[in-house]
Amino acid sequence: MSQEPAFSVRDLHVSYGGQPALKDVGMDIEPCKIIAVIGPSGCGKSTLLRCFNRMNDLIPGAKITGEVLYNGQDIYAKDVDPVTIRRSVGMVFQRPNPFPKSIRDNVAYGARINGYKGNMDELVERSLRGAALWDEVKDNLNKSALSLSGGQQQRLCIARAIAVEPDTILMDEPASALDPVATSKIEDLMQELKEKYTIIIVTHNMQQAARVSDKAAFLYTEVNETGKARWGILVEYDDTDRIFTNPRDKRTEDYISGRFG
Amino acid sequence: MGERRDLVLRGGLQRLMKRGAGRLADPVFAVVTGIAGLAVLIILAYMVVVTTYTAVPVFRSQGWSFIFSTDWSPSEGKFGAFAFIYGTIITSLIALLIAVPLSLGVALFLTEIAPRWIRGPVAYLVDLLAAVPSVVYGLWGVFVLLPGFLQPIATWLSVKLGWIPIFAGPATGLSFFGAGVVLAIMIIPIITSLCREILKAVPVGEKNAAFALGATRWEMIRGAVLPRAKAGIIGAVMLGLGRALGETIAVALLVGSRAQVTASILQPGYSMAAVIANQFQEATGDHVSALVGVGVVLFGITIIVNVAARVLVWRMVES
Repeated sequence: MSQEPAFSVRDLHVSYGGQPALKDVGMDIEPCKIIAVIGPSGCGKSTLLRCFNRMNDLIPGAKITGEVLYNGQDIYAKDVDPVTIRRSVGMVFQRPNPFPKSIRDNVAYGARINGYKGNMDELVERSLRGAALWDEVKDNLNKSALSLSGGQQQRLCIARAIAVEPDTILMDEPASALDPVATSKIEDLMQELKEKYTIIIVTHNMQQAARVSDKAAFLYTEVNETGKARWGILVEYDDTDRIFTNPRDKRTEDYISGRFG
Repeated sequence: MGERRDLVLRGGLQRLMKRGAGRLADPVFAVVTGIAGLAVLIILAYMVVVTTYTAVPVFRSQGWSFIFSTDWSPSEGKFGAFAFIYGTIITSLIALLIAVPLSLGVALFLTEIAPRWIRGPVAYLVDLLAAVPSVVYGLWGVFVLLPGFLQPIATWLSVKLGWIPIFAGPATGLSFFGAGVVLAIMIIPIITSLCREILKAVPVGEKNAAFALGATRWEMIRGAVLPRAKAGIIGAVMLGLGRALGETIAVALLVGSRAQVTASILQPGYSMAAVIANQFQEATGDHVSALVGVGVVLFGITIIVNVAARVLVWRMVES
């Protein structure tokens, strides 16, 4: 714990249209680690993830209170432009979502809007290599991204994200729409990426979380007395080994051993 | 025994026949819808054949000058429809020039920018504009828009920019320009509402992808929304153009009804649909045939526009 945390979350509350979605989350995220966010459906995993690059801002009625410090700066402070945050905190989504453009233009898109002045071909190659896709597409850079397989599309989305040269990559169930072979490629890739990037991944898949992550956060759904309102809380956040072998909280243990969820 | 078996058999048969009535519904449905579909084709074919047949004498006597001559003198038996064709195309182009950016702007505003509660009502109001009868647009154009808005603008254009041939004066209120502006207002609702549907269909995933890469709203629209919607937008514009080409009453009221070809859009002109509406009542003989001929040419132009739109959209979807 000698390093400065990449992210520090304090008293984070999120609500959508007055309905609480996430309550009182606090955690520190060290740089160049893979952090898995796990928990049952509807416990606010994606909501938490979307707080790190202010994607929740795009949802009408979303309200976020508390602090998310990114390299010591509160990204929810009044004078912070979410656009600048998203340029250094990249995101990969559940479903591969390449633009209906060529492979090259997909990778170059983010760099172009950010006014990248360097050699674009070089950046495209570097990003595609970084996403372990270069060898498969190097002869077809002008082909439509939509002609790629799902797994390739997802790696293209990762290439597109790292082309902006972020320091953090958020992944929202990046392999849930992929077959096992493509999934294992993405997982291998994550191990390479963490040399340079902090990675926060939401996953439904316990084995995946255990395989890839250094630390894991377990979120759980709380229900109020009437049973009508439900929101997510952070139950436990620790080294992945500890979470999966010797969790402190009974709820974590039950979830991991498959008793619910 | 035999009798009882007979009864059982008959019961089964009756049930089958009842079921049979249900089975009959499918072929009947197929035939009825088939007839309806066929009827459309027959009516269309009949229309094309009869109008072309009526127009043949004038096509024969005038030859190509029917399309390329501007001399339209029914009393002398000269029918050159070029001025009408020109007017139809010019007024429609002016309408598109004004309507397309506006419609796209309104559609983008309603899908991407406006607060949620405003979207429904405004979209409804825009759709309502499409329900206003065209004669009302025409009258409104003549009595309200023309003196209050079109005439001053036309005068200003001719004074300030009169050295450009297309704005050469003297500015008359009834003109290609006036008709084009009212046409634009008439086709804005249809283009807007088609564009809105198309923009709404852009996958949220792609918009989020652009945002997550640090795109501003405008960069997201340019990078993710417009490329996706391009083909559909062109289709919408072509449909709007089709409407503008065929619009009759509003243009007849505003275009000035003078069969001439001028470079200046501030001069009066004529359109194909307008000349048919204006002259049909008093036409006889060859004149009737010539007006029907104008109709055939107009029909041809709209078909070409629609086919071109289809081809454009196909090409884009494929690439």
